[in-house]
Amino acid sequence: MNAGVPALLVLAWGNPSRGDDALGPLLAERLLAQAEAASCSDRVEVLTDFQLQVEHALDLVDRERILFVDAALDLAAPFTVHSLRPARGGGIGSHALAPEAVLQVYQDLLGHPPPPAMLLAIRASAFDLGTAPGVQALADLEQAFTWARGWLAGKHTAEEVTA
Amino acid sequence: MTEFTRSLDTAADPQGLRRIVIDPVSRVEGHGKVTLLLDDQQRLQQVRLHIVEFRGFEQFIVGRPYWEVPVMVQRLCGICPVSHHLAASKALDRVVGGWPVPEAADRIRRLMHYGQIVQSHALHFFHLSSPDLLFGFDAAVAQRNIVGVAMAHPEAARQGVMLRKFGQEVIRITSGKRVHGTGSVPGGMNRAVTREDRDALRAQLPQVLAWAETAVDLAQRLHTGLPPAYEHFGETPAAMMSLIGPAGAMELYDGTLRLREADGRIAVDGFEDQRYRELIDEAVKPWTYMKFPYRRALGPEAGWYRVGPLARLQNCDHIPTPRAEARRQAFVAAHGGRPVHAVLATHWARMIELLHGVEVITQLLDDPVILGGPLQATGKRQRSGVGIIEAPRGTLIHEYEVGDDDLVTRCNLIVSTTHNNQAMNEAVRSVALQYLDGQTITEPLLNHLEVAIRAYDPCLSCATHALGQMPLSVTLRGSDGEVLDHVLRSSTGQTQRGATPHPMERAQ
Repeated sequence: MNAGVPALLVLAWGNPSRGDDALGPLLAERLLAQAEAASCSDRVEVLTDFQLQVEHALDLVDRERILFVDAALDLAAPFTVHSLRPARGGGIGSHALAPEAVLQVYQDLLGHPPPPAMLLAIRASAFDLGTAPGVQALADLEQAFTWARGWLAGKHTAEEVTA
Repeated sequence: MTEFTRSLDTAADPQGLRRIVIDPVSRVEGHGKVTLLLDDQQRLQQVRLHIVEFRGFEQFIVGRPYWEVPVMVQRLCGICPVSHHLAASKALDRVVGGWPVPEAADRIRRLMHYGQIVQSHALHFFHLSSPDLLFGFDAAVAQRNIVGVAMAHPEAARQGVMLRKFGQEVIRITSGKRVHGTGSVPGGMNRAVTREDRDALRAQLPQVLAWAETAVDLAQRLHTGLPPAYEHFGETPAAMMSLIGPAGAMELYDGTLRLREADGRIAVDGFEDQRYRELIDEAVKPWTYMKFPYRRALGPEAGWYRVGPLARLQNCDHIPTPRAEARRQAFVAAHGGRPVHAVLATHWARMIELLHGVEVITQLLDDPVILGGPLQATGKRQRSGVGIIEAPRGTLIHEYEVGDDDLVTRCNLIVSTTHNNQAMNEAVRSVALQYLDGQTITEPLLNHLEVAIRAYDPCLSCATHALGQMPLSVTLRGSDGEVLDHVLRSSTGQTQRGATPHPMERAQ
């Protein structure tokens, strides 16, 4: 591990001005505040972006654990969590990559498997430009945040979770 | 060909035709959709590219304080936010009387802009388009993406990622953050570049320059190695518009407008950006939300034009950096000095611009003015302002009016993809006629349409997404509206036949 790189990475994506798409960045913001309040912000780096792109693979280097966070359509539960593995073929639908494809780019570039990674998907339903997240989405965000605090504290491993 | 393709804009009797919908077009943002209407003999009667998400941008801005605008407009687009950031800043420079901005601010903004050009062009070529060129238009979906490139051409994939990273770092040191930067403000900049950041980037330049040269080599090799059948793929003769610098130089940050006819003659030159409305207007069509800009002098039918790398490369008289200029001359010579309108040549032009971007960044990092000095200008306030910039995909126009209470009262944005709306429709019609008319519709054939659209790198309301939101759906309908066939291709490349049609399919 590189001593200058925080061991934990939270990589959240979404557009803060597009309704429920803001859930990822909102959770990241709160998680960073939580880390700072707990005086452990030097152990975690929190990044946000509109979309996942190929260069995000380089942000995974020298991490101990990684948490991807995004809003997700068609979830029955407030949030879901599952482990991620590198996968080819993701991301054909846009300029953006799926998190599995980012892990694959990492593996292809560096020649070894990426650090353990999980995806926290938060239930979302509306993405209109200029709107705020919905009431239900914000309630779901609260539950997801509680889980994410546990992840930050090292309580969660690679199990699948449906809240 | 152009006259015939235009006849496919609207079918004489669409009620009696079968309908095929491609929704959304893969690897472009938002909800792009192609509809093909066939008669009973499988002959094309109507072809349209629909872009159904471009709406609400102006309402998003109107009513906000003007100083918020350069930051807020970045949320319009997830892949070229810096272009909106700078175009808005340039327009509002006029409003606050801060034009021209101080020399240091001008240089730092240019540095930020060319970082965006390098980053965006690298993403498009290596991630989106090189798979089509490397693996062929008929390759499996799972192979046609960056991870497919990484598997088959690992060094090219690595260089693509590193070029992206470099461009991103240029943006970070100038705007303050990797995303949602706040560096550019009406009247100038609020930060200079630190010596430490500058030196870190300068150390990377020899390698980055070599990668950029290699990228041009690859694009040129792929283009000149295309099968003869693809030499005129998606060819759509069109006028070309872009900003131009002094003495006809390529200029991507600030200049005057030039329009060159499809045959190469210059039609309009030295047109002041603040008067753009005297040059172009926007038409509306009932079947799409996106407008159709056109030259006022020629009208909506004949006045459409192309913007972006292929237009810029041929609109300028020279590129003011030596390596890219040599590549431009090679591009011109390879085509016998004739205007080029085949859409696949856009990729070659795009990589020449990437090389130019790296050369400009090199010059700017060598300029000590970026390290400090006056950064903001003020002057006599005015009611409105226009900011035009050459974004990665083409000309981007921001226009604002601001009231005495500092709130934006009117806003008009013409983004690059809107300028190219008619040109993309013409390209789709050309490809449809050449490859689909009278044929059985198969997935590889449909990908030919996508390849033509991708060459323009359209950004269709790009900043929205969610997990599982980007399937590719194809629906075949009978003349009575009955669903005859439906195929769904998921974002992971799995194809399922017989699924329920996507809700968007019901649109025209």
